Amino acid sequence: MYWPIDLIILIFVIVCALAAIYVKDLLGTAVLFGAYSFMMCLLWAIMGAVDVAFTEASVGAGVSTVFFVAAVFRTSRRTKD
Amino acid sequence: MKLLSLIVVCLTGGLLLYGTADLPDWGDPNAPASLHLSNYYIENAVRDTQVPNLVTAVLADYRSVDTMFETAVVFCAGLACFLLLRDFTPKKDHYYRHVPTGVILHVKNPDRQVIVGNEFEDIDKEWLPPDTIIKTVCRMLIPFIQIYALYVVAHGDFSPGGGFQGGVIFGSSLILLAISYNLKYLLKRVSEKFLGILSAAGVLVYMGIGVVAMVLGGNFLDYEKYAPIFGEHHIRALGMLGVEIGVGMAVTAVMVIIYINIVSEGKHDEGL
Repeated sequence: MYWPIDLIILIFVIVCALAAIYVKDLLGTAVLFGAYSFMMCLLWAIMGAVDVAFTEASVGAGVSTVFFVAAVFRTSRRTKD
Repeated sequence: MKLLSLIVVCLTGGLLLYGTADLPDWGDPNAPASLHLSNYYIENAVRDTQVPNLVTAVLADYRSVDTMFETAVVFCAGLACFLLLRDFTPKKDHYYRHVPTGVILHVKNPDRQVIVGNEFEDIDKEWLPPDTIIKTVCRMLIPFIQIYALYVVAHGDFSPGGGFQGGVIFGSSLILLAISYNLKYLLKRVSEKFLGILSAAGVLVYMGIGVVAMVLGGNFLDYEKYAPIFGEHHIRALGMLGVEIGVGMAVTAVMVIIYINIVSEGKHDEGL
């Protein structure tokens, strides 16, 4: 339906996922994971699953990012591998 | 080892992609999922339940027992977080700040404590001066976030959203309070006992609505049986609202419990 938007967001999803794996800074990984969730939320919204998009935005992009940041705050910020 | 894990990941991903090739196309009218039950829901949900949002009608009415156990799972997550992380041993080092001069005292003896009052305040180990901009902006934003969360819970049957989403938004408004001020400030307002009781009460409200429907002579979670009390009009929507409020209470409390336990390593004294 809106395939150019769909494609751009899909590319962003993959870029965020790969970046979250390769970035050494765990705080940055948490933020990238939030961005990934938000892009997934946009994809759900495009597919018409508004309830799922809402859940993804509040749980995936919102609270779970905060939990990751809290966990990083209590452990080390840099990863070794 | 790294190469081996890469091969395993690529193999699993390839298998998953190979598996998705057999799935029906997006929006395919002949997909198994849209042949049987979906049609019934789309045709009859509004007539059966008087709820325009079909997702909520399916989640909170047709499949309400399923949602009840999802709420129980969220409650169990909070409980597991509490049991794993909560640490009741008192901390040894205390830090006090003399407010008029800004001098910080480090008390290592747990038996000797400074009286906290107008002169001294109890501070965290990693203490930063409070930022006026952050505090003011968050203080102004939090009421709007909470009102929006209540709106999402209350309009779950008319618009996207519902108990889970509203509860998460309400919980994150409380987490924002802890981040912008400090953890002690949140715990002074919302005690641990209150959060525990709230999370259990949410599940209890959900199950209670089901059990009372049984007492009134119907099946478990049969909202129609409440008609003599609340009237015939939109009785199923009203039942769903009650259930969503229970879900929202449980989810709010569990989100805050998980956050507090993670960020303070279970000590509930200092953190982000």
